[in-house]
Amino acid sequence: MASTIVAFELGGREVEVMVKPMTTLQSALRDQLGFTATKEGCRQGGCGSCTVLVNDEPMLSCLLPVEDVAGQRVTTLESLTPTQGLHPLQQAFLDANAFQCGYCTPGMTMLAQALLDHNPAPDRGDITQALTGNICRCTGYGPIVRAIEVAAQAMHAGEEGQPR
Amino acid sequence: MSPDLNVVGNSVGRSDGIGHVTGRTRYTADRSFPGMLHLKMVRSPLHHARIRGIDLSAAERVPGFVRALTARDVPHNCYTILGLIGVEPEEEFVLAEDRVRFKGEAIVAIVAETEAAALEAVSKVQLDLEELPAVFDVEEALEPGAPIVTHWGNNTFMFEGHPCRRVRLGDVEQAFQQADYIVEGVYNTSPIEHAPLETTGCIAVPEANGRYTVYTNTQALYFSLDNTAIILQVPGSQLHFVGGTVGGGFGGKVDVIVEPIATLAAMKTNRPVRYTYSRAEEMQVSSTRSAWRIYVKDGVTRDGHIIARKVTSYADSGAYSRQTPYALTKHAANAAGPYAIPNVAIDAYCVYTNRQPTSAMRGFGVTMASFALEVQMDKIAEKVGADPWTIRFINAYHDGDMKPHRKLVEDATLIETMQAAATRVGHELPDVFRSMTSAPRDAGHDGGRS
Repeated sequence: MASTIVAFELGGREVEVMVKPMTTLQSALRDQLGFTATKEGCRQGGCGSCTVLVNDEPMLSCLLPVEDVAGQRVTTLESLTPTQGLHPLQQAFLDANAFQCGYCTPGMTMLAQALLDHNPAPDRGDITQALTGNICRCTGYGPIVRAIEVAAQAMHAGEEGQPR
Repeated sequence: MSPDLNVVGNSVGRSDGIGHVTGRTRYTADRSFPGMLHLKMVRSPLHHARIRGIDLSAAERVPGFVRALTARDVPHNCYTILGLIGVEPEEEFVLAEDRVRFKGEAIVAIVAETEAAALEAVSKVQLDLEELPAVFDVEEALEPGAPIVTHWGNNTFMFEGHPCRRVRLGDVEQAFQQADYIVEGVYNTSPIEHAPLETTGCIAVPEANGRYTVYTNTQALYFSLDNTAIILQVPGSQLHFVGGTVGGGFGGKVDVIVEPIATLAAMKTNRPVRYTYSRAEEMQVSSTRSAWRIYVKDGVTRDGHIIARKVTSYADSGAYSRQTPYALTKHAANAAGPYAIPNVAIDAYCVYTNRQPTSAMRGFGVTMASFALEVQMDKIAEKVGADPWTIRFINAYHDGDMKPHRKLVEDATLIETMQAAATRVGHELPDVFRSMTSAPRDAGHDGGRS
């Protein structure tokens, strides 16, 4: 079948990929654009390691045909990382050692960003509920939950400290 | 990294931490190379079968097909992972020859321009298989007339000519006669898949100087390099293995499964070749923790001292042994538990069945012994009407005690660990146990035995 060109916004810039039908966003990001922070754990929607944001909503990029994001705004961990230093979520994950092998970290971080966009002051129950689709096999959920709590506080304090 | 190496007593950040939180850590599958080919495996749909024929003609017509590899292409096709430390015999086939011994066993490797083409060609390979009776239970596998899995005629790994790893101390049968109680138990555990978030995989890249660089997520880099050199019959110096970044292992990535065939494919095609497991392969083909069946028979005195322990263990190795014989040896050394028991007999069998091969996983061999023995300790406590803490304190081994496999106990900490645990959970221990130590018995501490 013939390929088509799909254009979307990735981390604030326009990108175009030429894809066969049913190519996933995960594949376009990793194999064509070289954005490999988005991981492949299962390629069947079961582990959450490929979570990206589409128009600020968390999506499993392994199940998402790239045609579906045409004209949409896609955010991956690469574009969450500031030019200098770390995003508060990244800093909190680092400080809390909220990873062992690190393979679930990108998906966890993107999901946490989506959670905090919706709910800047989540309680522990909100966080664990949000994380139910993301698997960490090194059993590091405790530090991950704590990191998100810390990041939420840091981001909240940061917002209050800045003139609006 | 602290340049003055003054790190003892200080908290040091992980060197890979920034990479993990920014997504810049490069796992194996994050790498790509120009002209990279994809390898996918034709696997046995049956648990046990004779291979009568393989027809590749339809697969070869799939657009993007590059080549197929069968057992004939592998220079040293029959190997044993632990052969590097002297374990014999060679018994696992890189690609199946005349027989498949488990569902999912690799038969034909297909190399193609894209992953989709490789999968398409895999689906087009026609196998002519004659199904054979299969066995899935460790004790059924040892019965006369059971289907034979191995190529040497019985279903046990042979430990220096014996069908099991044996440990003997004292005389258990005589001690059972003197015991006030006999306490018996049988304990079964299930296989467990490590399910690392990153599936097993590697990329083999031919270099201009004739060497091959293999990027792999193995947990055993040099084990993999050496076995690959043996299987491919090339000097180790021709191979350069790059690893160290593993997206979850837990013992599941110590077997040498993907590197040899990917490297062979790179040699045959002179192109980079990627071979990574799908999630289904990781779950259904990769090694698991062994399933175990453990029989324990204890002779116990009225006051709760264990005077005899007989353990008969069967580990389900699956179709190939991989690291399981090593697990059996560790198991046999630990199957009496951290207890001072004067009469012990242990028979530990590594049994072949037609299940997926099993191998290393976090404390393999020992973890299962601990599960069985600690449930057994609670049963003993119930039988003699004693507190479960008491049973463990009065039987705990001390420094200087002789373990059943003739090693003196050193650095024993069971008593101190139990004391700390009791404190943590708010359990009040009697003074005799609170003041007990693991020091040698002749140092004035009798362990509460008097």
